[in-house]
Amino acid sequence: MSSTLPPRIRRARLLELAFGLFGLLLPGAAAFTLLVLMFDLVRSGLPHLDWDFLSAFPSRRPERAGILPAWVGSLAILSVTAALAVPLGVAAGLYLEAYAPRGAFTRLVEVNIANLAGVPSILYGLLGLALFVDGLGLGASILSAAMVLALLILPVVIVATREALRAVPRTLWEAAYALGADRRQTLLRFVLPAAAPGILTGVIVALSRAVGETAPLVAVGALSFIAFLPPSPLRPEPPYVDAEWLFSPFTALSIQMFGWLSRPQPAFHELAAAAGVVLLALALLINALAIVLRLRARRLAP
Amino acid sequence: MPSVGAEGLSSFAPSAGFLRRRRLLAGLFAALLWAAAALSVLITLAIVAVLIGESLPFLEEVGLSAVLLDTVWTPLFAEPRYGIWALVAGTLTTTLIALALALPAGLALALYLCEYAPPRLREAAKPVLELLAAVPTVVYGYFALLVVTPLLQGLIPGLPPFNMLAAGLVLGVMILPYAVSLSEDALRAVPRELREAAYALGFTRLQTGLGVMLPAARSGIVSAFLLALARAMGETMVVTLAAGQNPRFTFNPLEGAATMTAYIVQVSFGDVPYGSRAYRSLFVVALGLFLCTFAVNLLATLLSRKRSHRGA
Amino acid sequence: MTVAALPIPSRTAEAEERPLKLRIANLSFWYGRRQVLFDVTLPVRERRITALIGPSGCGKSTLLRCINRLHDLEPGHRYQGRILLEPGGLDVLAPHTDPLLVRLRIGMVFQKPNPFPTSIYENVAAGLRIRGVRKRALLDEQVEKSLRRAGLWAEVKDRLHDHAFNLSGGQQQRLCIARALAPEPELLLLDEPTSALDPAATAHIEALLSELKSRYTILLVTHLMQQAARIAHDVAFLHLGRLVEFGPAAEVLVRPRDPRTRRYLAGHAA
Repeated sequence: MSSTLPPRIRRARLLELAFGLFGLLLPGAAAFTLLVLMFDLVRSGLPHLDWDFLSAFPSRRPERAGILPAWVGSLAILSVTAALAVPLGVAAGLYLEAYAPRGAFTRLVEVNIANLAGVPSILYGLLGLALFVDGLGLGASILSAAMVLALLILPVVIVATREALRAVPRTLWEAAYALGADRRQTLLRFVLPAAAPGILTGVIVALSRAVGETAPLVAVGALSFIAFLPPSPLRPEPPYVDAEWLFSPFTALSIQMFGWLSRPQPAFHELAAAAGVVLLALALLINALAIVLRLRARRLAP
Repeated sequence: MPSVGAEGLSSFAPSAGFLRRRRLLAGLFAALLWAAAALSVLITLAIVAVLIGESLPFLEEVGLSAVLLDTVWTPLFAEPRYGIWALVAGTLTTTLIALALALPAGLALALYLCEYAPPRLREAAKPVLELLAAVPTVVYGYFALLVVTPLLQGLIPGLPPFNMLAAGLVLGVMILPYAVSLSEDALRAVPRELREAAYALGFTRLQTGLGVMLPAARSGIVSAFLLALARAMGETMVVTLAAGQNPRFTFNPLEGAATMTAYIVQVSFGDVPYGSRAYRSLFVVALGLFLCTFAVNLLATLLSRKRSHRGA
Repeated sequence: MTVAALPIPSRTAEAEERPLKLRIANLSFWYGRRQVLFDVTLPVRERRITALIGPSGCGKSTLLRCINRLHDLEPGHRYQGRILLEPGGLDVLAPHTDPLLVRLRIGMVFQKPNPFPTSIYENVAAGLRIRGVRKRALLDEQVEKSLRRAGLWAEVKDRLHDHAFNLSGGQQQRLCIARALAPEPELLLLDEPTSALDPAATAHIEALLSELKSRYTILLVTHLMQQAARIAHDVAFLHLGRLVEFGPAAEVLVRPRDPRTRRYLAGHAA
């Protein structure tokens, strides 16, 4: 039947079919490539992954090296990053969505946030080097690193907050205002709790990016060889807490992996692969958590 | 006992003191939020101020022409040369390789997701793209150095262990999810009627996609790829690990050459004394990188704004 | 036309002794450049139900939202005229009047049930918490009282801490009424409160409003003539943003004077 069609149309149909196949193949090829890469990483890294690897300090001898300070550092930096970026980002998002008058300042802030999201992460690192490490004298510390990462993910948190606030039904704002609430009460008591799952999802996505960041940490002076842990945040005597760990020199999983990769010996490359498996698992796990949260929130929505 | 009396006044009417407190808190709260929003502007100003402030003394010392009119970058040698083009060449070459991979693949994927893919696949694609974007860059660096380069060495005999080809290709894979999701948004913004008109004329899906959708979403797609390009320029770990750390003025993908970002990492991974020449050179390179990415981002923003104006 | 000169609708002795809760005088309203209300003058009597009726788009809801200045949430609005809230003659629309103070005296129920995404208890307590009430006993007591008045207590008393979204549509709307009643407002604005509900839930709410009318001043926007006839004392008919007719329900709905009202009522009877 198709042989009776004019050749031009036949050709169009053929091309159509070809592109359909190609379109099917392309995601398949991409997924395949990625799986091969992952497989290689896991194959090289898995033999090293055991409790000793997780609980040992780095060493000049590959067979005794571990990633204890690296993952402790990553988690410490990540928690301080979240503690800094979430209140700041949510506050800025609230301002832009609920307070900002239409005008030059608001426009400036909005354009600026869009531009900040496009600034290479390593430049944030250099900003931190000049401002926090040297300027404020915080040194190459966990605090400096966390402040840099917080600035880095701030635009993401702001945008996520605004989107989550916009998704709150108008009728909820109206109900609160009609009840006599002022703007602060409306936001804090009613709108923010309703937007919280959306904000949380955005924050988690941002943190999953932050955990893999390497370049800005290098710039603020991360060490790739640390044989001690930061001091404990808890103390046996009052006031029971201690902020000294914030000023401790630091390393992180990504830095550890980069350090090992920079060495020429293949034995260290295998360690890098093992650290990479842990890092990748951590990043994907955090990200998957965000996806699950979003799906759940969508199901619970009225 | 609160009740509504004949006088009609509610006994839950808040006291004047409460209202005063509430007004005070409201003002305080608003001021705090304003400060947080203003902080984001401050960050940009700080970046610009730091980059300029730290590189000005350097530029005054060596002169702008020594930086812009030379192609040898050896600032830490006994007889230093400051030709930043050596680093810019590395950045441009790796970025263009990345774009050469990501542009066709990204467009095809975006078109496929928009026009062909069944809704279920489309729904599944977003989280997958998101997961891909979450793979740490240092892991991509590992792939480039230890998987892709050996593979390429099998195909191209004599390929050095550090080369821009492997770095650029992996960079392309890295920005792919970003480019796909942005161009898909641009394609989705094309009015339905336009698409339906094409189908009504008897266009096939491919003809609709290439002949109608792509041209209609042109500025949005260009803007998407410019944003992806800026991201590739600022990427650090892949090029540092796979393209080597040797500043060399070359556009040959089969050679290794340091990019601007690679230089920054290389120098700051060692111990850089504050205010030293090495320290200052970091900020000069950073200023160059900032200007490059800022220009590309600005272009992207202008393009997408033009589109939204026309849409309105 | 001033409010003083306005004819009080009913000439019965009972009506004369009802003081006014709200005086709306020469109210005009603009959304951007579009004028939505034209010179509306309307008295609202205390502890009576006044129904606003009229074809959709006539400005009923817009008028209601002027009274608690809910339009202030969107940019580009403009008021002209006066709304005085008695006692005290609070000048609602005056620029120096804080809309928050107006809203603290007035409660509102919306077209679609819009409970807050929290527990039943917290929904009802919300208005009190906003007013700084913290005492648990007082909150408990007022929550129970409001839920009883809204006719919801028997159904929810064992699950006060359930999520409000687990209630049915009719229950949610009664919860919203309880929420509005809890801070003991002087005036209750109801914006087509039964339009999203099924007939059974509608009947329930109407019965409830009939009970409430002896204690509260209610301004009710409705598109249901029967509803106005069943529960309202006074009826105002709006057409294209103008108040066409106003009087006791019995007069306006049974013997309308204006041809536009007659036509509208005839259309509805058909």
